[in-house]
Formats: sequence, C-alpha cells, structure tokens
Amino acid sequence: MSKAEILGNIRRGLKRGEASEEQKQAVLNRINQHARNLIPQRSQLSHAGQIELFIAMATEAAAELFQLNSITEVPQICATWLKDHHIDTLVTASDEAILGLDWDSAAELTCVQRVAQVGDSASLTTSFAGIAETGTLMLHSGKDSPTTLNFLPDNHFVILNRSDIVGPYEDAWQKLRDKTQGELPRTVNMITGPSRSADIEQTLQMGAHGPKDLIILLIND
Amino acid sequence: MEIKSPAFKENARIALHDVNLQKALGNLKAGFPVKRSTAVARMPEFDQLRDEGTALKNHILENLDIYLEQFEANVIKNGGHVHWCRTPDDACKKILEICKEVDAKTVTKGKSMVSEEINLNDYLEKNGVEPIETDLGEYILQLRGDHPSHIIAPAIHLNLEDVSEIFHEKHNRPKSSDPAVLMQEAREMLREKFAGADVGITGANFLVAETGSTIIVTNEGNGDLTQTLPKTHIVVTSIEKVVPTLEDMTLFLRLLARSATGQEFTVYNTLSTGPRRAEDQDGPENFHVVLVDNGRSEMVGTEFQDMLRCIRCSACMNHCPVYGAVGGHSYGWVYPGPMGSVLTPQMVGIENAGLLPNASTFCGKCESVCPVRIPLPKLMRHWREDEFAKHLSPKAVRWGIGGWAFFAKRPALYRLLAVSSNLFLRLMAGKKGRIKKIPMAGGWTDWRDMPAPSGKTFMSQYKSRKQS
Repeated sequence: MSKAEILGNIRRGLKRGEASEEQKQAVLNRINQHARNLIPQRSQLSHAGQIELFIAMATEAAAELFQLNSITEVPQICATWLKDHHIDTLVTASDEAILGLDWDSAAELTCVQRVAQVGDSASLTTSFAGIAETGTLMLHSGKDSPTTLNFLPDNHFVILNRSDIVGPYEDAWQKLRDKTQGELPRTVNMITGPSRSADIEQTLQMGAHGPKDLIILLIND
Repeated sequence: MEIKSPAFKENARIALHDVNLQKALGNLKAGFPVKRSTAVARMPEFDQLRDEGTALKNHILENLDIYLEQFEANVIKNGGHVHWCRTPDDACKKILEICKEVDAKTVTKGKSMVSEEINLNDYLEKNGVEPIETDLGEYILQLRGDHPSHIIAPAIHLNLEDVSEIFHEKHNRPKSSDPAVLMQEAREMLREKFAGADVGITGANFLVAETGSTIIVTNEGNGDLTQTLPKTHIVVTSIEKVVPTLEDMTLFLRLLARSATGQEFTVYNTLSTGPRRAEDQDGPENFHVVLVDNGRSEMVGTEFQDMLRCIRCSACMNHCPVYGAVGGHSYGWVYPGPMGSVLTPQMVGIENAGLLPNASTFCGKCESVCPVRIPLPKLMRHWREDEFAKHLSPKAVRWGIGGWAFFAKRPALYRLLAVSSNLFLRLMAGKKGRIKKIPMAGGWTDWRDMPAPSGKTFMSQYKSRKQS
C-alpha cells in the first residue's frame, strides 16, 4: 500500500506514469557500466607513489604502520608490540596467509582463531586492499574473516601487501568485483585510522567504541 | 518529538542569554568551518566534485522510482527485506513488529536522524522495547532525556561539565572532568549492551541500487558494533538516499567527510549487503531496510525538489550566523539550521514552522558551502511566499508588505517617499551621521547605531550616471 503511494507520488511529481521499458533499460545500463566520476589527481600516481601516499595518509589518520620485508616477520612484531602493551592473547582471522605463519616463533603469545568477544584485547586480520588517496584499508567479511575482529578488540593489527595498494577507491571496487564475480560479501569495511569521537566539547579523543590502536603491517611482497 | 518551532522567537531569546550554550556554540564556530576549509583547500577538484554530485543527484531524482525498485530487488536477492513506509507511524509500527518477531527486549542504535524524525525511541519504549543509543553524543543525550541540537554533532550544545555531571549521576563512578576518562566510561558501559542486544538499528548515508547495499559513515565504530553483533539488523532510512553504483557512492563520500567534519575520510565507511552468508562466522541473521517517505515523495516535481539532494553533511548549519547564535534547539524540531528551515515546514506543516524560513538573513553562506549546491535561501523564500499566500504571516508582516507593495506599484510616489525619508533620516542622525534610536526598531538600535543614508537615492544616482 505504502509502496504504491510513494511511487505514485514520485511519478506524479515527475509527470509520468510507471517508467517505460526504455527508461528502465537506460537506468540499468547506467548502473552496469560502473562509470567513474571525477577521480582526484592526488591518487593518480605510479605504484611506488601510491605506496608512499598510502603510508603518509594512514599515518596522518593516526594509524601505526610497520614496514616488513616478509610476512614471516608478522608473529614476532605482534608479539613484541603486545608484550610492550602487556597483552598475551591475539585473536586472528583464519585465512591461509595468517594460518601459514609460524606462530610457535612467538612462544609467549597465545594465538586463537575465532570471532571476537567482549574483553578481547587484540586481533589480527588481513586487508584486501589499501587505498592510497586517504590511507584507507578495505576489508570484507567471509568464511575465514569474521567482521567482529575489526571492531570489538581494543587493538587491531592488519596485514596489507604492498602489491594490494591502489590509488583511488574506484580501483578497489573493481578489484573487489573481479574477486567476487560481482556478488558483494555481506559487509565491506573501509577503515581509516583508529576509532575516535569529538562529541565532548568538540575535542578529539581517540578510542571511542572501535579499536583504540590500528596497526598496519605493510608487507614487501 | 514535540514541535516547538512556533516558539522560535522565545527559544532564540532564551538561547542568546544562555551563557553555557553560548560557550558551547563557540566550540562549533572555531571548529567545523576551519576544518572544512582546510580540507577543501587540499582537494583542488572540490568544486568539480560538487558540480558532479549536484548533477548526479538531479539525475537520480528524475529516475527515483526506478532506482528505488532496483535497490529493493537487490536487497531481496541478497536475502534481505525492504519495508516502504509513508508516515512516521507506519515506520515505527513496522520496526516494532520486526522487534516483536524476534522477541526483542533491548535494541542498540547507531546514530540516525531519520529515527529522530519518526520519534522511534519513544515509540519503542512505550511498547516495552528498550532502545540504547550508542553514539557517544546520542548516549549522553539519552541519559539526560535530551535531543540532538545538530545533525552530526548531537551534543554540541553541552559543555564538559554537563557530561561530567550526568555520567557521575548515572554511572555511579567518581566524577571526572577529563574527556578521555569520560569516553572510556561510556565505552565500558556500552560493551555488554552491544553484545546483549537482540536487534541493532542504524541509519544509512546512502543506498546502493547496483548491489542492494546500505552504507553507514561513522568515526566511533558504534554503528558497526550495533549492526554486527545482534541477530537482526534494521536500517531505518529515507527514499532520497539511493545512488546508482559504488562509484557514485564514492563521489558522495569524497564530498561528505570534507563538508561535514573536514576530515579527509571518515574512520569507518561500512557497507551492509543482506544478512550473514552460510559460510560467515558472524553478522546478523536478518537484514531489514525500512524506507521512510514522510513527505519526501511529495517534494518531487515541486520547487522544493532541490532539497532532496541533501546528503546531511551539516555544512549549512556550521556556517550559519543564525544557527551559530541561537543553537539547534531553538528551531524546535529535529532538523535545525538552513536545511531544517526548508525541511521542517514540509514535514510538520508551514503553519507550525513558518518562523523558521523567516529566521534567515539570506547571507547566502549556506548555499556557498553546500556540497550539492542546494539553493537554500531560494527555498526558504518559497516557504515565505507559501506562508504569505496561505495568510499565515503575522498581521504586522502582512500590513508592512502590503504597505510596501502599495508604494512599489506606484513608482512616482515611491521615489517621493524615498527622497523624503532619506532627508528625514539624515536630519534625525545629525552631524555624526548615526541614528541612536528609532521608534519600533529597538531590536536594532538597542544594540547598535543605525547609519544614516549616505548619499542620494538609487534612482537619482542612476539618472545622473545615465546622463553622463
């Protein structure tokens, strides 16, 4: 009932009845083209330039960033960071890259794979893309990547390969469509720095409800 | 929410004398406009993005029914549900029905102005469902029994001391005046609520027709916990938020953060596309989108259609001298500032909100910062005309305009009057050229002198220049 009234009002305003097949087809064509709007010059760089911009922008957004020569260094860097922060448990995603690491090399660290729970201090997930334009990580849900790991723990480590850094957001959307055959995962998270709020007297405070620290592990792959 | 817009003048008078409010509003003026202008300066293509955003919104509105049906079809394809609600009452009933289906006791909420518009919290409470606001600003307001005074910084009318007091009273903890400590307190208080809620309700900044996705833009991460942890996620949103593709959404994301908080990008931009998949380990099992109309569909094809371009960034109120002086509550309903002065009469009736489009100096700053170039002063002027046509304006205004029209339609008489009042005002002003008091214009002369007309009238200048 409501639907017919709402659409009826819109059509009356547009001075037409239900759209013709041609009009509908024109809209569908526009959607299917995935045409890009203006893309700022800022992110149209060589890949090396994109990596440099990503690092600068992510750091400006208050993310911590470590550059690693190999993904094998991940367990040790997590262990060291967590030890400094008096945390002994790391909850991780269960993708191949993370499961393939030698976690025994970080013996003092308890490493578990599950969804996040209230009280978890630290998590580790893998990022699908890094967007240089604003230093933004793109992650998505899937069988080995629970979304709660990105939001519930106090500290969030994210693995990002240098080869996965792109310039503008549009390149990341295309990369995602290519990977998932156009079917979006349940959720896509674009993350730029740690959680924050300025709701008290417009003064910026870090660590509102999401992670207080976002630590990007940038891998030279 | 009770409509207090008819008391705008009284609300404004009280607000101007409220020392604490004036202090809080000072934070606004020193904050958002400066941050916006810095962010805009770093994006040389910003004006081109605004042009593209404006054109794209116009294209969407011309095809709004098609895009909405496309969005709906894709939500359903992903296993979600779409509910079309013409009135606030329809929307509240539908949301309650979904809550009852899953036997919900508590509902966590991300920040949503549409939920304010339909007065959802009151409705849920009256029907035995406890809504819990999780955005820090909204949480503070809920504890105080207060309402947002700004669309993205809801608690901007409060000072640190107000937050400190209400937390001390409600949290049973030692009183603190450290914002970091206060935020940590709210974080701890809300952790279990996030995990224990049966339903999570969020708004949406955009709806993507291509994929049937909704997106929320937040800095705190509360919206993400709200929509990820409970078994049911309800998105309450409105019909003008649909965009064609992810690329089109991206254009608006580039405009939104910079226009709103002056950030390069908001911390969390999260797409939700249907309920959790068979292989997912977490995420909601049910996904509902409640599409609210509430008068919007009636704006299509009218002089107010441009208002449907609005992306709720708040730049217009952040730069408005009236908003900056009287604050958001003075406007007396959900949407304050210039955008509210156009939307409120549509949603609650011009007979209730006629003072709002009149509370503008027409300085034009709002239009000049609007990311989708909404001609806000022009739209406010349309409401003034509508109010006059419906004989709703106060008698003094009608007589004043009527009197002016009488002379304006008789040019010779008008010129004579212009010349004589010019002379009279100069006599009144004396040697200093300043008028200290004018009968019935104390609202001006109590605060500042009125400068005397400095030369000849426009028409006599026009004539003499034409001759030379």
